[in-house]
Amino acid sequence: MATPGEEAGAASVSRLELSGVSKSFRGLKAVSGASFDVTAGGICALIGPNGAGKTTIFNVIAGVYAPDEGEVRFDGRAIHGLRPDQVCAAGIGRTFQTVKPFAGLSVIENVMVGALQRERDVVAARRLAAGIVERLGLGAKSGLPASSLTLPDRKRLEVARALATQPQLLLLDEVMAGLRPTECDQIIAVFRELNRAEGLTILLIEHVMRAVMALAQHIVVLHHGEVIARGAPDEVVRDPAVLESYLGEDTEI
Amino acid sequence: MTRLLEGVPRRGLWLLAALLALLAVFPLFASGYLLAVGFLILYFAYVGQAWNVMMGFAGQLSLGHSLYVGLGAYAAAALYVHFGLSPWIGLGASVALCALAGAAIGFFAFRFGVAGVYFAILTIAFAEFARIGFDHLPWVRGSSGLFLPVANYTENDLWNLRGSPRMFYYLMLALTAGAFVLCHALLRSRMGYYWLAIRESPEAAQALGVNVFRYKMYAVVISAAMTSLAGVMFAFYYNNLFPEQIFNISRSIELILGPIIGGIGTLAGPIVGAFLLTGLAEGLRELMLQLGIDVPGVKQVFYGLCLLLVIMFLPDGVWPPLAKKLGLHR
Repeated sequence: MATPGEEAGAASVSRLELSGVSKSFRGLKAVSGASFDVTAGGICALIGPNGAGKTTIFNVIAGVYAPDEGEVRFDGRAIHGLRPDQVCAAGIGRTFQTVKPFAGLSVIENVMVGALQRERDVVAARRLAAGIVERLGLGAKSGLPASSLTLPDRKRLEVARALATQPQLLLLDEVMAGLRPTECDQIIAVFRELNRAEGLTILLIEHVMRAVMALAQHIVVLHHGEVIARGAPDEVVRDPAVLESYLGEDTEI
Repeated sequence: MTRLLEGVPRRGLWLLAALLALLAVFPLFASGYLLAVGFLILYFAYVGQAWNVMMGFAGQLSLGHSLYVGLGAYAAAALYVHFGLSPWIGLGASVALCALAGAAIGFFAFRFGVAGVYFAILTIAFAEFARIGFDHLPWVRGSSGLFLPVANYTENDLWNLRGSPRMFYYLMLALTAGAFVLCHALLRSRMGYYWLAIRESPEAAQALGVNVFRYKMYAVVISAAMTSLAGVMFAFYYNNLFPEQIFNISRSIELILGPIIGGIGTLAGPIVGAFLLTGLAEGLRELMLQLGIDVPGVKQVFYGLCLLLVIMFLPDGVWPPLAKKLGLHR
């Protein structure tokens, strides 16, 4: 029975829920007992020093690794242990920190591979891909091979491909790194628009604090594989533990 | 049909039509020897195309495609010799057997993460198993070879594939043209894009929702099934089969030279490569024969030289730069 009260509650429901997730590599604990959730329709940032386990968490969510312990739930459904393609089919798109373009294919063909996930017809997939390519500002380079792109463009291509799978949750692994401030602002605007207009939930790993503060409504701080702080951005950046382990005492945001 | 032609440069279509017409009238003027060379060129164009599905499209290197040629050849030939079964029915068994063999190899390799060079070695191993196994298989006369009753060349029996070289030439031409159209269609399908994605980056493909295992399996099975038909043609054209020859690794290597020289992953590459390699090698042989020079193994040396030159100067193969020159580049 759907009562108005329940519907109101649904607005702040978790899209993604990690509870007690641990992952070790040959005894090295990369992530230990990490728990946090990402609100549906929200933008959440995962920050922390290098080696804190951020990318490992992404890989656990995306199905590259199964967690040793703990659960990952997406819209309430357990997804840990699924293969990456199944996670994608469930509605999670991801980008790679070290970009992995299909070098021999053109920009549009790269994005089409993503688009074919929901749109089985090749012609329709091309149309969908063209729109996304345009949106990410790659329209003029649509026919060029991905191998000819500069690094910032390759990052955009990563995002375009992931978006083409029409995800409900987008995982962005350091897509701002290496971008100039103006390029950074452009891509931030795209994410904001996607979040606002289409209700896309975003979880991003980012070192560029300018981007984090501009986008995130919620921040999770990871250190040595553990969640040491979580909350609203202005609270988190004043948290003494966070300042000590990551941001530094006199960080200006 | 219209969709199949969409986006194909008109000049390419004309060129293709001209080539097809030329190949169609070729037997009317060709001598027996030239016809045999023509058959061989088409044969290599066809198997090259089949191998290209696996390597050129899906990025899975097979160095054991002689397995599928041999299995296809033996299945249809043995059914014909033992039961008088028409090769048109026998090829069903050939296709099924090769698809199954491909699926088994693919399953073992891809399930257990055997990739790259190790996968290539595995394909060699299976071809070698078959070579040794068939050497000791009495049902197909083992190492003493399986012989088909030699054809009466005065009339063509299409149903039993007993007939003139001209008949085989046209059949091979039909197969090659069919394979070209099939590969063209595959490459433009969802599966084609998924194959290319897997070839370029399996991790990224998987993250975009591609079931990498499944699509690699499709590539192996389709490639194996296509190759088996070449085996059937081989058996009924040459009329004798020896495990030592048909499953030999040199056969596997020979059939991949065409696409490598023509251009891996391109549709025209295997055809261009077959024309260049087989055409030139046979021309060279004929020339040396005329000059009275007899050097054994000159063909292999020639192949090696071609490979060397292409790898050094045209690493993408002959076709991509040629296509650009002809204005066929997208």
